[in-house]
Amino acid sequence: MKVVQTVEPFNIKDCALLVIATGKSAQNLRELRDNLITIDPGSIYYHFWGTLLRPRFDDPEYNNDFASWVRHNLHDAILAERLGVVDPSEFNEIDDLRHELIDLIEERLDESELVLWTKVDQQFYFLRSQIVVFDTRKSIHTPEELVDIIPQLSIGSIFYHFIDAKRRTPEKRDDFRAWLSGFDERYADLIEELAAIDPFFSSLTQLRRMLSLIFQNMLGDIS
Amino acid sequence: MTSSMLDAYAQIVGETVISHLRQLAEPLAGMKVVHVNSTKNGGGVAEILHRLIPLKRELGIDARWETITGEGEFYECTKKFHNALQGTPVGISNTLLEVYEKTNERNAEALRPQLEEADIVFIHDPQPAALLNLCPNRKGLWIWRCHIDVSKPYRPVWKYLKKFVVGFDASIFSLPAFAQSLPHTQCIIPPSIDPLSEKNMDLSQDEIDSVYSRFELDPDKPIILQVSRFDRFKDPLGVIHAYKLSKKFIPLQLILAGGTATDDPEGEMVLNETQTAVADYPDIHVLLLPPDAHRIINALQRASDLILQKSIKEGFGLTVAEAMWKGKPVIGGDTGGIRLQVVNYHTGFLINTPEGAALRIRYLLHNRDKLREMGQKAKAFVMENFLITRHLREYLTLMVALAHNEGERIEL
Repeated sequence: MKVVQTVEPFNIKDCALLVIATGKSAQNLRELRDNLITIDPGSIYYHFWGTLLRPRFDDPEYNNDFASWVRHNLHDAILAERLGVVDPSEFNEIDDLRHELIDLIEERLDESELVLWTKVDQQFYFLRSQIVVFDTRKSIHTPEELVDIIPQLSIGSIFYHFIDAKRRTPEKRDDFRAWLSGFDERYADLIEELAAIDPFFSSLTQLRRMLSLIFQNMLGDIS
Repeated sequence: MTSSMLDAYAQIVGETVISHLRQLAEPLAGMKVVHVNSTKNGGGVAEILHRLIPLKRELGIDARWETITGEGEFYECTKKFHNALQGTPVGISNTLLEVYEKTNERNAEALRPQLEEADIVFIHDPQPAALLNLCPNRKGLWIWRCHIDVSKPYRPVWKYLKKFVVGFDASIFSLPAFAQSLPHTQCIIPPSIDPLSEKNMDLSQDEIDSVYSRFELDPDKPIILQVSRFDRFKDPLGVIHAYKLSKKFIPLQLILAGGTATDDPEGEMVLNETQTAVADYPDIHVLLLPPDAHRIINALQRASDLILQKSIKEGFGLTVAEAMWKGKPVIGGDTGGIRLQVVNYHTGFLINTPEGAALRIRYLLHNRDKLREMGQKAKAFVMENFLITRHLREYLTLMVALAHNEGERIEL
């Protein structure tokens, strides 16, 4: 069966991230909390989402830099676990995420008799990013084309359409699901499969492989 | 090399990466970009510029590379700047500082028309930093690229240099810990290695094997290697200690390969101490290599089973990425940029003592599957993160971002 085309083509974009120092750092938990109160929202975004565009492996221990620093530099396993399960996509605004982080840290400060410190060369450096988005001038008209196109996408495109979209769009979902939902119900299962992907425990390369496999499995039968 | 450098890199990193670069560079087409440093030969900065400039030109950017020239006292002064920025307390006389400023003034006379016309000027390190104020009619954006570890600079010297640096539109540091208190955007761009350079290119098995006879190595014993200057911060004595602890359990040979340090009295001292410490150990080879022995080091790295970089203090330590590119796991000191490259338990191990190094040497040499797996991961990690193509991408991103200056998100 041929899909009747009533949906706008999917324009493939790409992006590159520029990492910028904010000039702020923390050497202990209290400083981390104090900086979180005032830090640029872009920094919180970067330390959750931007980690995906940085050197990493397929099995990262934590999904954000705060949890990782608390575990490996302050050696506070309890707080690291609490910070590690924070799902940034649950928060509509970065400020809501900021308050969640501050609450968790303050709770831990209340529980602790000592403020944990780390060495001066292991401070937490607050970074932020600037994202440059550009059009690849490639577009696709039917979901079936995704089967061939996904393996060829750069990791910047994967980041833009699958990760960044969750922050950028009002529906807080990736661009693939948003586009597929414009078609008829036949893609409902595919949308469900995509929604089940947890991107925080994969590298972008692995994420590309996962997406490729899902599109291959789900759309290979249809086309 | 093929006629197109981009094509040559595409064979290594893939077409997708090169296509990404082309698209990112499109809005920069025709832009006049000038890089300025103090030498065309020798040193990591010149090495990277030799590749970056033609790559940028191939991407349609009108990129040029200029160097400033000076006399002996100028380089004496800038060498002291370098040491001071890395934290050594160095006194610099007013006479030398005058030479620094006069040399920049003289170079500005020759370079001014080109620099003032440029859309973007990259000034590398402190040597040409004073040019900014000497080009008052500049129309473009000026970026200071600092390649030095300035995490704990000697403050009097940094205070002097800062007055030249504050006026730049942006600066670039290699690690977040190096960023300073400055009134402009400070980007973080780690350095990179060039997979096509003599240091890193593929070699024939014959060329790799030639190091056995050349340096009287035993082909039947595992080789561990550290490539570094003879410098206390590289801890060659700690490496020898780790070797001695390991060889009780496993037969092996150690190579310490580095350059002579004729202008560094401390280096001579460390070299002498190293040679004394290895006197009774025929399986330790201390190799003094000339600065251009890139292919030999490449072959030694490829002939080794694993690589050590047991630094106590390290700026970035690109020898780590060079070793990893050859598919070798690295046992590295838990410091500076080594932490960014050695992902503990993935691409090697981070250690703090000779004992820690010895433990990991034994572990890897007894677990060959693990050694191979880590080596493969190390190479893949460098492929994605520490090759010149990533470095170029970040330069292009910065140039686009500065040219647009539209806040956190720039949609082209």
